[in-house]
Amino acid sequence: MSEIMAPSAKAVEIDNHTINFGPQHPSAHGVLRLILEMDGEVIERADPHIGLLHRGTEKLIEYKSYLQALPYFDRLDYVSPMGCEHAFALATEKLLGVTVPERAQWIRVMFAELTRVLNHLLSVSHFALDCGALTPGLWGYEEREKLLEFYEAASGARFHANYFRPGGVAKDLPEGLTDRIAAWAEEFPNFVDEIERLLNANRIWKQRVVDIGVISAEDALSWGFSGPTLRGSGVAWDLRRAQPYDKYAEVQFDVPVGKNGDCYDRYLVRMAEMRESVKIVKQCLAKMKPGPVKVQDRKFAPPTRAEMKHSMEALIHHFKLYTEGYHVPAGATYTAVEAPKGEFGVYLVSDGTNRPYRCKIRATGFAHLQATEKLCKGHMLADMVAILGSLDIVFGEIDR
Amino acid sequence: MADENITPDVELEAAAALLGVTAARRELDELVIEVARDVARDVFLQLRDKFAFQQVMDICGVDYPQRQPRFDVVYNLLSVTGNRRIRVIVRTDESVPVQSVSSIWPCATWWEREVWDLFGVSFEGLADHRRILSDYNFEGHALRKDFPLTGFVEVHYDDERKEVVYDKVRLTQEFRNFDFLSPWEGMTTLPGDEKARGGSQ
Repeated sequence: MSEIMAPSAKAVEIDNHTINFGPQHPSAHGVLRLILEMDGEVIERADPHIGLLHRGTEKLIEYKSYLQALPYFDRLDYVSPMGCEHAFALATEKLLGVTVPERAQWIRVMFAELTRVLNHLLSVSHFALDCGALTPGLWGYEEREKLLEFYEAASGARFHANYFRPGGVAKDLPEGLTDRIAAWAEEFPNFVDEIERLLNANRIWKQRVVDIGVISAEDALSWGFSGPTLRGSGVAWDLRRAQPYDKYAEVQFDVPVGKNGDCYDRYLVRMAEMRESVKIVKQCLAKMKPGPVKVQDRKFAPPTRAEMKHSMEALIHHFKLYTEGYHVPAGATYTAVEAPKGEFGVYLVSDGTNRPYRCKIRATGFAHLQATEKLCKGHMLADMVAILGSLDIVFGEIDR
Repeated sequence: MADENITPDVELEAAAALLGVTAARRELDELVIEVARDVARDVFLQLRDKFAFQQVMDICGVDYPQRQPRFDVVYNLLSVTGNRRIRVIVRTDESVPVQSVSSIWPCATWWEREVWDLFGVSFEGLADHRRILSDYNFEGHALRKDFPLTGFVEVHYDDERKEVVYDKVRLTQEFRNFDFLSPWEGMTTLPGDEKARGGSQ
């Protein structure tokens, strides 16, 4: 027998082969198509093909008034809708030169932070799910549902909120919502504890994510990283702190940073950020005072229903706003917010008409996904799934 | 934030003094410089190395069909250490390529591919010049102003041929584009006025 099994007879030819991953793979986070060149089980080259969810949002926005353009932003990063709306609302306000009332700014900051929790809950639980941990996903969705109820109470919709408008927010918070949010903010940190008890020291989890997809601070910067992925590499950069917008200058919070820039640190940063967000929500609730929630200039914000019943002027304004919309002075701005995933920017060019001349959306995940090859090279196929999970990509915004 | 009134002008002057900068201005409190196309790469290198703009956050195109050269390529840079932003605009047309910055910032590759895909502006020195957002075998550049919103082709599954086919786009309702320039505010010549003025236009 041993003579037949001589080494010469066992000459196995090993060559690189190419794998097509996705676009319908559960851990492709939507419609990612990844061409992987494998050397056995090791990734040699990764070439993401994107655009399978391209809807031409930027082109469509050029044909819509500023108010009509806003709902498209909910549909970009559909995991954190209000984070995207925020950037567009701020950009339009900057071009218009309007200042939003205090209460509206507080509401926006509060909902931006609720959105951050909403996003990180899904991000962390899907990340764990990709690595085979089912429980965080089940628990996370339940907790997310509570936040979506707040969304629904404020805006009328669970996802496509269309709530942050240029000039303020669509409508004031309904009665009792602040109490419900306050009660949630008290108990939510316990939930974060529970998830951390499940994962932080979990041996299987740590084997899957520690030292996987390491990226240094310099590399993270040159690859255009932002948000938790950049902070995971130890760069303490947060737009809420560095270039505050709305009321972020008036709230206290810490910016958690990682050390090693691996998948585990990115996970830890997100967990810590959820706790910080709860802190900010509490401060918003404490500092929020009654008042108007949109600019009182009728050229930009619609009048109330009651006003329209007796004022001809109000009726005209209402009609003009919802047909023609407002004309935005010519100019251009690049306005960015610290969306849950990182820097979400809008480059808005106005030519003085009621429609944007050009609206470029700087999607956070676009830059992150581009570094897939950088992060995956030399790792196993299964690690690639963990890396994608830790980047927190959503194709609504990447493909636009 | 406190010394905002002092630093910006220094910044603006320093940026304007760079070789190849044709215009520098502050627009809505944002620093904007225009750079000649043939020296763009050197300017970007200096911006990264001397002015510490470590990140290119966004590269995008803007189309002005009436203008020569037709396109703006807009770079939004961010300095994490200096906490400032700058916008660099390079003008170009479809025939002459722009110098690629993908060797300065690796993440520029995809942004430049996107500008190529949607505007048809090509980049010199860009290793990967494939389309990125549009369909495989897409024709045309979708974000150009002369590209119709509804496009030229539509895709559907042909049950007889048992495959996905592309057809010329058919609109069940004509595309409606309203002219919102109000005759009371924006328009200086009212429709019908040309008759009174002797039919000059």
